Amino acid sequence: MIPHAKMLNSQCSILTAFVQKEFYHIFRDIRTVLVIIGIPVFQILIIGFAISTNVKDVKVAVFDPSNDEATNRIINRLNASEYFNVALRLNTISDAEREFKKGKTGLIVIFGENFGENLYHTGDAAVQLLVDASDPNHGQTVASYATGVISDYQRELLRETDIPVRINSEVRMLYNPEMRSAYNFVPGLMGLVFMLICAMMTSVAIVREKETGTMEVLLASPVKPVYIVISKLVPYFIISWFIFILILLLSVFVLDVPVTGSLLWLNVFTLLFIVVGLSLGLLISTIVKTQVAAILASGMGLIMPVMILSGYVFPIESMPPVLQWISGLVPARWFNEGAKKLIIEGAPVRSVLKEMSILLGMAVLILTVSLRNIKARLE
Amino acid sequence: MRHKTDCQLSIIEVEQLTKKFGRFTAVDRITFMVGKGEIFGFLGANGAGKTTAMRMLCGLIEPTSGKGFVAGYDIEKQPEMVKKNIGYMSQKFSLYEDLKVWENIRLFAGIYGVNEKLIARKTGETLERIGLTNERNVLVRDLPLGWKQKLAFSVAIFHEPKIVFLDEPTGGVDPITRRRFWEMIYESANRGTTIFVTTHYMDEAEYCNRVSIMVDGRIEALDTPRRLKERFRAGNMDEVFRQLARKT
Repeated sequence: MIPHAKMLNSQCSILTAFVQKEFYHIFRDIRTVLVIIGIPVFQILIIGFAISTNVKDVKVAVFDPSNDEATNRIINRLNASEYFNVALRLNTISDAEREFKKGKTGLIVIFGENFGENLYHTGDAAVQLLVDASDPNHGQTVASYATGVISDYQRELLRETDIPVRINSEVRMLYNPEMRSAYNFVPGLMGLVFMLICAMMTSVAIVREKETGTMEVLLASPVKPVYIVISKLVPYFIISWFIFILILLLSVFVLDVPVTGSLLWLNVFTLLFIVVGLSLGLLISTIVKTQVAAILASGMGLIMPVMILSGYVFPIESMPPVLQWISGLVPARWFNEGAKKLIIEGAPVRSVLKEMSILLGMAVLILTVSLRNIKARLE
Repeated sequence: MRHKTDCQLSIIEVEQLTKKFGRFTAVDRITFMVGKGEIFGFLGANGAGKTTAMRMLCGLIEPTSGKGFVAGYDIEKQPEMVKKNIGYMSQKFSLYEDLKVWENIRLFAGIYGVNEKLIARKTGETLERIGLTNERNVLVRDLPLGWKQKLAFSVAIFHEPKIVFLDEPTGGVDPITRRRFWEMIYESANRGTTIFVTTHYMDEAEYCNRVSIMVDGRIEALDTPRRLKERFRAGNMDEVFRQLARKT
């Protein structure tokens, strides 16, 4: 069995040499490095800037039909806190919407009629807080500070008088009722980046060899085509994994995304999606002949659908049924949904079994088709 | 210049070899043999079927019909064995531009199963022979075209194949560089390697031991350049070629 072992050994060393060569191709081309490392880091940082949890001097508009001692005291308290700045008094309640649309007001306080009277006599008064939640983290913080100020006042009243007073503060989040936070963009971003690295870069890397003629030389050599292909996939698999860990670290330490789910399963799930991406890249490389065609095919056929149909930018629930159905064909949609559950909701792995099996099915199908294509074309 | 016309041992044998792409017959029942150590010129106009024939011999594509043996192996049934015993330099320029000179040598030698120690020893010798010792660590993309071609040829014969196939190896370089390239071809033929070369340049055809001229997928003439010139009463190979091409 020694000759056999020797042959296996030499095949292994060829594979290692090929993988090494592939890394040289990647890291000696500054543009490739920029795409691979630059895009994910840059995108994460942009998302990071979009999230602001820092609440200070939020502009407050007040609608106060009662205008009594109680409401004035609450308004003064709000104004006195470092978080709020009561800038405006509204004359009618319908002005509220217009104020928000101007974009400067972060909170509108609407007192009920006869607020003070109700408070002292029935011990029960209502105030409504309208919060601009287009940035949900910010909105949430604004709401909790505002209710904090009001309940401080309530406690003070309880100490002063013996009447059990109660202020009902009703919080309404406007413009983003589902409270979709910027965190939600992290899985979507991962889906996009892996499609870019795995599918686009891999297909371009394989097609480049066809274009430059080195593929022909490789095919005229005793190396099996499948080795050539594997050696192309391995580096991008490793790089994608590295990028995944990088995005995850940036998410936790820069964006403060609470990663609560099982890291093991998150890795398994992501690697599965990476394999789907690699097989798509392989498939494209067996179909097209030039690098430009590879970029167009993966750009139009993969990246665009990820942007539009994966739920990264537009929520799937609000799409028309036809588009929802089509989005089911986009692997990134399933990755996006599964990763959201695993990363943000910290759901157990059994809750993503559906997404996992769909991705697995896609990987097997695409890989089978592209491997068959290679045999027909290269041999 | 030596001329070997009497070849007892054949290393390529082709019989009625045919390749069809759909209705188009690229190679039409060609039959010939190439002797061991011979420099065999494979001539023809663009689209005459040279490259297709050569690709069949290299095991890159399967013949539609007919037989072919290269280095004793059946090109249809044992393409892997054929590939192990040949060297190939393609028409397009075929080294990795973003790898260094020595990295290219090591990669391709490794592909052909040359062991590490031998690679290390022979790399120095090879670089010295083609005068690239100082360029060892230079990226191939920074070399002039003539040097790249010399390097590509050295890479193609590094594993000491029995036959080396050269597909228009001197396209786009000046006459002096072509002349030097042919000196390398002779050197390697003298060491016993069979050279199978396609070319457009008729002056290069004169350097070959024997040439075949393909017209429309068929071999119209096959002999030594001298005898071909006699037969067609031509002063040089260029005239021979023109006469054959005019016939169709």
